[in-house]
Amino acid sequence: MHEMSIALGIVNIANKACEEAQAARIDSITLEIGKLAGVQLESLYFVWPAAVEGTVLAGAERIIEEREGQALCLECDREFALQHHFDACPHCQGYFKKIIAGKELNVKSMAFTLPDNPVPAPSKTR
Amino acid sequence: MELEQNILHHNQLLAERNRGYFAAKNMLAVNLVSSPGSGKTSVLERTLRDMKERADFYVIEGDQQTFNDADRIDAVGVPVVQVNTGQGCHLESDMVQTALQKLKPRDNSLLFIENVGNLVCPAMFDLGENKRVVIISTTEGDDKPIKYPDMFHSAQLCLINKIDLLPYVNFDVDKAKAYARRVNPDIEFLEVSATVGTGLEAWYDWLLTEQQKLA
Ligand SMILES: Nc1nc2c(ncn2[C@@H]2O[C@H](COP(=O)(O)OP(=O)(O)OP(=O)(O)O)[C@@H](O)[C@H]2O)c(=O)[nH]1
Ligand SMILES: [Mg+2]
Ligand SMILES: [Zn+2]
Ligand SMILES: [Zn+2]
Repeated sequence: MHEMSIALGIVNIANKACEEAQAARIDSITLEIGKLAGVQLESLYFVWPAAVEGTVLAGAERIIEEREGQALCLECDREFALQHHFDACPHCQGYFKKIIAGKELNVKSMAFTLPDNPVPAPSKTR
Repeated sequence: MELEQNILHHNQLLAERNRGYFAAKNMLAVNLVSSPGSGKTSVLERTLRDMKERADFYVIEGDQQTFNDADRIDAVGVPVVQVNTGQGCHLESDMVQTALQKLKPRDNSLLFIENVGNLVCPAMFDLGENKRVVIISTTEGDDKPIKYPDMFHSAQLCLINKIDLLPYVNFDVDKAKAYARRVNPDIEFLEVSATVGTGLEAWYDWLLTEQQKLA
């Protein structure tokens, strides 16, 4: 289960960003995860509480933006939606393709609370 | 705050550092991946036995718990470092970096990294290797390539091992290849048997050719 490594990677990024921004805590974090990125969302949800416990992400809202797979056919040069890695091009049945979307695995953004200047954001209830 | 930062950024950074290390030392680093028991260690043992006079080899063994695989390599007389990943079901680039500091490989050598037996997680973690070789064996389903597409997508060579058992199993070699090509049209194949020795010369040629390509 690499989802634990993924979750800890997210915590690392959040830690650094928090430090740089001198934020007290994170209210919400937005992740961008492609459907072909190899991440099982259920597994990520499962490990999440253990991974964020006692970190800047404890209690933060987790927003996940899923991205659909998209490929460029290298045979006929047309784009098509890709559900699975092994899908053929619907136009020419070719398998030579370049995946152009769906492999995203990013921390897209975070919302902080700053200690000296508490943002009256719609703060999260826990 | 907008970030757009890759979650595996840290692993990627250290992988690039490993890649730089290999390039500076003109080393070929091969990341060997497969399901548990497909024959990674067996292929390595045989390869090292047959080839150790022809090139300088080093091995990093990834395993969750045991030292068994490293002991098997050690018995062949090739420098090996065991990395126990504990709960982790794959190697990450920092583990390889630490292992390299222990191994201190010589220039122009060949490094094998046996990843943890698992076709899912190791696919996502670049170790900085030059080549990724995936092994499937004839005792597995021939549809593995589409069940674990990430791994076959990211590998350059597929060894079809235990080819000696072909008469006794239901494995369709052509079907397995066709499935793998669906996810990776560029992937190469070699049919081998680590125990009987079938096809290994082609594998050795592949290794030496890849090493020569570096220079
Ligand atoms: N018949 C036959 N058996 C093989 C061959 N290669 C490996 N085996 C057997 O398959 C079993 C597993 O081989 P290993 O080399 O330990 O497999 P592995 O991929 O290193 O396994 P893990 O490290 O546990 O993931 C052993 O009993 C080997 O003897 C082969 O080419 N033919
Ligand atoms: Mg092994
Ligand atoms: Zn895993
Ligand atoms: Zn097409």
